[in-house]
Amino acid sequence: MAYSDKVLDHYENPRNVGSFDKNDDTVGTGMVGAPACGDVMKLQIKVNDEGIIEDAKFKTYGCGSAIASSSLLTEWVRGKTLEEASQIKNTQIAEELALPPVKIHCSVLAEDAIKAAVSNYQERHGEAAEAEKQSA
Amino acid sequence: MSDLKLPIYLDYSSTTPVDERVAEKMAGCLTKDGLFGNPASRSHSFGWGAEKAVENARGEVAQLVGADPKEIIWTSGATEADNLAIKGAAHFYQRKGKHIITVKTEHKAVLDTTRQLEREGFEVTYLGVKENGLIDMQELEDAMRDDTIVVSVMHVNNEIGVIQDIEAIGNLCRERGIVFHVDAAQSTGKVAVDLSKLPVDLMSFSAHKTYGPKGIGALFVRRKPRVRIEAQMHGGGHERGMRSGTLATHQIVGMGEAFRLAGAEMGPELERVRMLRDRLWAGLDGMEEVYLNGDQEQRVAHNLNVSFNFVEGESLIMALRDIAVSSGSACTSASLEPSYVLRALGRDDELAHSSIRFSIGRYTTVEEVDHTVEIVRAAVAKLRELSPLWEMYQDGIDLSTVEWAAH
Repeated sequence: MAYSDKVLDHYENPRNVGSFDKNDDTVGTGMVGAPACGDVMKLQIKVNDEGIIEDAKFKTYGCGSAIASSSLLTEWVRGKTLEEASQIKNTQIAEELALPPVKIHCSVLAEDAIKAAVSNYQERHGEAAEAEKQSA
Repeated sequence: MSDLKLPIYLDYSSTTPVDERVAEKMAGCLTKDGLFGNPASRSHSFGWGAEKAVENARGEVAQLVGADPKEIIWTSGATEADNLAIKGAAHFYQRKGKHIITVKTEHKAVLDTTRQLEREGFEVTYLGVKENGLIDMQELEDAMRDDTIVVSVMHVNNEIGVIQDIEAIGNLCRERGIVFHVDAAQSTGKVAVDLSKLPVDLMSFSAHKTYGPKGIGALFVRRKPRVRIEAQMHGGGHERGMRSGTLATHQIVGMGEAFRLAGAEMGPELERVRMLRDRLWAGLDGMEEVYLNGDQEQRVAHNLNVSFNFVEGESLIMALRDIAVSSGSACTSASLEPSYVLRALGRDDELAHSSIRFSIGRYTTVEEVDHTVEIVRAAVAKLRELSPLWEMYQDGIDLSTVEWAAH
């Protein structure tokens, strides 16, 4: 299968590979996919006090397109609000990377990953906020 | 080290280059000064010459596998031979019964053929395999019924290289008068085949896995005791009516020469290939979480099917751009299908997705093997650095207990 130059670039030089401490209060973690399906993406976002995503990191088990989709995503979400980040659509990722039809699911997975990371952050902060209220 | 050419070809189980000596012989059967005649032409020397070349090749093929030349039927390849054998025997013997037995790890040329027969009203039992890729003889025996007419089991598995016990299976079939077909596309030149002793009725061969050309193969059809098949291709009554169509002299001559060389050089070649395979495995085996698929002992010398846990096969193939290998993961559709062969071994899906088949051949060098080890080690290390599964494994998390958000 022929890969686009952009997929190859992200695959050869993946951006923002790594992990944050998932127990860190400022971190939201999204893990989607399953080994049985051949791809698992872990996307983590680090959010500042203003609700802006300061940093993002990923690890992906999957084909080159899956790795490229998640690598690209970490670039895109930086500097975005949670709201903006969760509006990223798989079609934008697929278009940017020129993914062929059989690889569209990789971009869908990436969209799922950022949504999961945002909601993980929000859930934890919802709970944390409530815990604060109760103790006050 | 200096003449290392990239990419390195390690996909000899997929196909092989035509040996130069074979190509030379083939070239002599094409143009006006060569043996271009129709082997079926009985009225002139052009036909006689071509016929002689074809019959000489038939003899070479027969000799490599211990058959009588009259038992060799030319086909377009092993796929056609499999179709002709299984459909041909099923159609001929259907009055005796309509039950067929085969194995889940067979090549698609067999599995799709039996699927077609199911659509025609035949009943097919698909045997599973043990963890080592070999069938359980008791299970086979239990599956045999009074109305079983054909058993089809491959000799050497194309993906994992394990060798089934053809003799034992054949004996079970003989006792019950069941026709036994063997797909031996991966066997010639890799393991000795002696049909004068083996209780096999039909056996499929391919030229291009053994340094011959693509587009030619053969089916062995036993004469004593005689096995009957119904033709699947009708026409001029070539090949004693079993397979019509003008014989492709150059292809046939190529297959004959390739099989002659395979027989003449098998001993030293196997020794060399085994040494290279062991060297490759020694280089990879030291890594963590690396598994050899298929039986350790009962396998051909040139194949290594290896799972690199926590690394996905297609991304690994991408990292191995300088090495031509096959992946067990057919990642071409929305639902990623790991290899059905590895699945049949009971391998976890992760391991099935992480598998690479290395197959070594006549032109593989020590330098190529050493370079391959280096590249593979670097690629696996890089991809594991990227892999959330590897991270979880290192943190001591048992992946089988994780609830995945399957998609």
